Amino acid sequence: MAAARLLKDEATEEKGDRARMASFIGAMAIADLVKTTLGPKGMDKILQSTGRGRNVTVTNDGATILKSLHIDNPAAKVLVDISKVQDDEVGDGTTSVVVLAGELLREAEKLVNQKIHPMTIIAGYRMAAECARNALLLKAKDNKQDPDKFKSDLMKIAMTTLSSKILSQDKEHFAKLAVDAVLRLKGSTNLESIQIIKKAGGSLKDSFLDEGFVLDKKIGIGQPKRIENAKILVANTAMDTDKVKIYGARVRVDSMAKVAEIEGAEKEKMKQKVQKIIAHGINCFVNRQLIYNFPEELFADAGILAIEHADFDGIERLALVTGGEIASTFDNPESVKLGHCKLIEEIMIGEDKLIHFSGVEMGQACTVVLRGASSHVLDEAERSLHDALCVLSQTVNDSRVLLGGGWPEMVMAKEVDELARKTPGKKSHAIEAFSRSLQAIPTIIADNAGLDSAELISQLRAEHHKDTTSAGINIISGGVGDMDKLGVSESFKVKQAVLLSATEAAEMILRVDEIITCAPRKREDRM
Amino acid sequence: MALAFDEYGRPFIIIKEQEQKARLRGLEAQKANISAGKAVARILRTSLGPKGMDKMLQSPDGDVIVTNDGATILEQMDVDNQIAKLMVELSRSQDYEIGDGTTGVVVLAGALLEQAEKLLERGIHPIRIAEGYEMASRLAVNHLEHISQKFEFSVTNIEPLVQTCMTTLSSKIVNRCKCVLAEIAVKAVLAVADLERKDVNLELIKVEGKVGGKLEDTELIYGIVVDKDMSHPQMPKRIEEAKIAILTCPFEPPKPKTKHKIDIDTVEKFQTLRQQEQKYFDDMVQKCKDVGATLVICQWGFDDEANHLLMHRNLPAVRWVGGVELELIAIATGGRIVPRFQDLTSEKLGKAGLVREKSFGTTKDRMLYIEHCANSRAVTIFIRGGNKMMIDETKRSLHDALCVARNLIRNNSIVYGGGSAELSCSIAVEAAADKYPGVEQYAIRSFAEALDFIPMALAENCGLPPIDTVTAVKSQQIKENNPYGGIDCNDVGTNNMKEQNVFETLIGKQQQILLATQVVKMILKIDDVITPSVY
Repeated sequence: MAAARLLKDEATEEKGDRARMASFIGAMAIADLVKTTLGPKGMDKILQSTGRGRNVTVTNDGATILKSLHIDNPAAKVLVDISKVQDDEVGDGTTSVVVLAGELLREAEKLVNQKIHPMTIIAGYRMAAECARNALLLKAKDNKQDPDKFKSDLMKIAMTTLSSKILSQDKEHFAKLAVDAVLRLKGSTNLESIQIIKKAGGSLKDSFLDEGFVLDKKIGIGQPKRIENAKILVANTAMDTDKVKIYGARVRVDSMAKVAEIEGAEKEKMKQKVQKIIAHGINCFVNRQLIYNFPEELFADAGILAIEHADFDGIERLALVTGGEIASTFDNPESVKLGHCKLIEEIMIGEDKLIHFSGVEMGQACTVVLRGASSHVLDEAERSLHDALCVLSQTVNDSRVLLGGGWPEMVMAKEVDELARKTPGKKSHAIEAFSRSLQAIPTIIADNAGLDSAELISQLRAEHHKDTTSAGINIISGGVGDMDKLGVSESFKVKQAVLLSATEAAEMILRVDEIITCAPRKREDRM
Repeated sequence: MALAFDEYGRPFIIIKEQEQKARLRGLEAQKANISAGKAVARILRTSLGPKGMDKMLQSPDGDVIVTNDGATILEQMDVDNQIAKLMVELSRSQDYEIGDGTTGVVVLAGALLEQAEKLLERGIHPIRIAEGYEMASRLAVNHLEHISQKFEFSVTNIEPLVQTCMTTLSSKIVNRCKCVLAEIAVKAVLAVADLERKDVNLELIKVEGKVGGKLEDTELIYGIVVDKDMSHPQMPKRIEEAKIAILTCPFEPPKPKTKHKIDIDTVEKFQTLRQQEQKYFDDMVQKCKDVGATLVICQWGFDDEANHLLMHRNLPAVRWVGGVELELIAIATGGRIVPRFQDLTSEKLGKAGLVREKSFGTTKDRMLYIEHCANSRAVTIFIRGGNKMMIDETKRSLHDALCVARNLIRNNSIVYGGGSAELSCSIAVEAAADKYPGVEQYAIRSFAEALDFIPMALAENCGLPPIDTVTAVKSQQIKENNPYGGIDCNDVGTNNMKEQNVFETLIGKQQQILLATQVVKMILKIDDVITPSVY
């Protein structure tokens, strides 16, 4: 019959309970996948790409893991998406958000099996999420007024974030590094001005924060290697042959002599350009594009340090750091703002030579040089540091702070539990389920650390039924500890984002009662 | 098969390659068509109403869409069946015309088809059924007019509009903050509405989304948001009292359309050419500066040199701005789009109170806000949300809400929702049926029954016993003679939709009934389906 073939041939359609089951299973599979990376004792994953070279990535970062997976299940894609957004928006908590959404769905599945309608579950989850958020709002502390305390808060947050990453061995070192870097930004969330340079060799401990700016480039031959009180012109201009930009222009000559003449004119033009640049009274010239031998020679003659082919970010940062502008025309030397710095020199890190600008005018930017045993370690270290920087820069703007170690989850769970008891109707089951899902996070953290989670969580819960408490899991000693004293803190903004987007995603998946997969677009075989 | 024989008994071939074609005819064709139509309606049935479920659709490229919007579901489903395609068209035309009620129209058409099937089995001719439906739909539309109410609102009293938008939004995933969104939608529509002509150009409302943040952060901006940043990283990020030059010409030397060549054969020519070139750039920037522009928005890119010159002359610029956005900016700022530098005059500049760049999240995402424009006729709704699917769905929901608000401005009659209008029509049509003699009476009565399907589906989706609820409400409507009784989807405790403030637009409802009837008529009239068989 015609009705049997409503959709195209390869399209599939799943309805009702089957659809719901498919999405639950998909979502939970994803959550279980990243679950083991949660917490300070979480494990890493090796990812091998299918592309050329079979690159290997070792990581603990939820967003990175999920980004590299090729997933077919639509519900799983929703989870991958929230983790990506979490990464873009606050930078950390990418694993937690997926795990929480997964747990919410796991609980929802049980409720659905008890014949509770998904809409009822959603209504319950919404109430619970609102209540949990209010609980967090009440308990969050704000130390913005007190700079010392605020700084120590930042330190604690950085340490907590880093403790679950590869950098945990040297977390104090890196936490300090990250806090210093972020405080230099003075409230801006633009992490671009923090440059991270990775150089293999040495150990992670050798990583350092440089107050100036390090450019991963070589100095031209025969040019000074060290300049004091440098005046820098940052440019984005062609320094090979200047093309004629008028459309349709071409050179037509009738003799060899003319060719030479034109070539001479071209050279002359370049020379003039260089001279104009020199007329700015500079002693360092950084260009985004290539500098050919000829102009380079001219610069060397004038005793100017010329650096070619700095990438775009490098140029922008350099302009930001030295306070100069990025120039492309050179006719008005008097009005071009030049960049300044005390000292430019070539430095060696490991095997490589880098150019180091120190004593720069604007203190906003800085460079972090990461050292480590292998490129995998460095990559992972960069990701970890990036997470920490993101969290810190967000915290600088929203300075509310929570304790860590499962404390916020327990606080929320307690409030949500209380709400469940007060709510009549089927919704209360869903609210209870929400609180169970929240408690699952400390449970997983404990499990990952090889601790007796059932024992710990029940102790923790008992502890939280007192009026004020700061009890959380002490992973190191394996018991319940005072998070305030241990100095484990988390940013309010991250936790809130985790809570809200996990609930949103769970809600979205729960509402679905039909999955229609279209026939995959035929790909031409290029193999 | 379509075979005919001539006088000697030799067959004519009427349809080309007819042995390769599948053919259905007569009652069989009608039944096949009806069942296809019903299958489509069945998919959408569970999405109806405030407790309706969503569908998850995976596109051929693997993208995931989660939606509740009938038109979107059908569009993405990529159906193969001809009749199913008609249903898709149906919901699309409802979407274009009204913007809302795209699910309802398909469900209604499905119900009509189902009733028609029963009548066909009794041996009633399809054309008679179609005629009966036609009469019934006219009755229903008239009745809707009769029970509709005028709805007074003004720019200061937007509450009624917000209420109606909330009804639309309550069936979507965004119903968590439907109040906020409804208010945004209404304010946006009122900002661009021409209340005298009773017309709204929805193109003036730009809906922009960015992942991150939460749904509650969604805001209405009286101005334009462009997903672009300043062309030079060191240009000012904030311009007050901006005078904007809106250009569609690139900052490049002119390119005549006719083919031409400039031959360089001497050094002098080479040099003059160079100077000329520099002069071009200088002139272009100077022109912008001369007319007093403080911001240049350009549809095309510009050269590094031009970029620096602009920066140098303290003239911030934005490049690669899309055509539609350019138009919106022109409308909002009251500027003119200038195609050539020569035409640039100070009158043609747009004015905006504040232009600022705003960055989001931890990645390099920047957007340009153009606010406090001279002419606030163009607005932007800026959506935030936890993930991409959420934003997309919010966009669709907001579109529905905007359409509803627009329809109300065009025609401020409303009917009550929650299935009450359908029930009331059903009662009226049923009562009228008895006055028609002949076979049509049956068709009209069936139409009335089909109308009951919508409240029935609503009740079912809300987990209420459908037959009990619908019959109770119906008898109540007849007894009390009020057309406001509907399905109490949200467990408020009353089924008086007037008290619950559940409204729908009159034209939306009328259009639903008319369109559904039309399509059903069309499907009923088909008695022969010829398809090329599968190869």
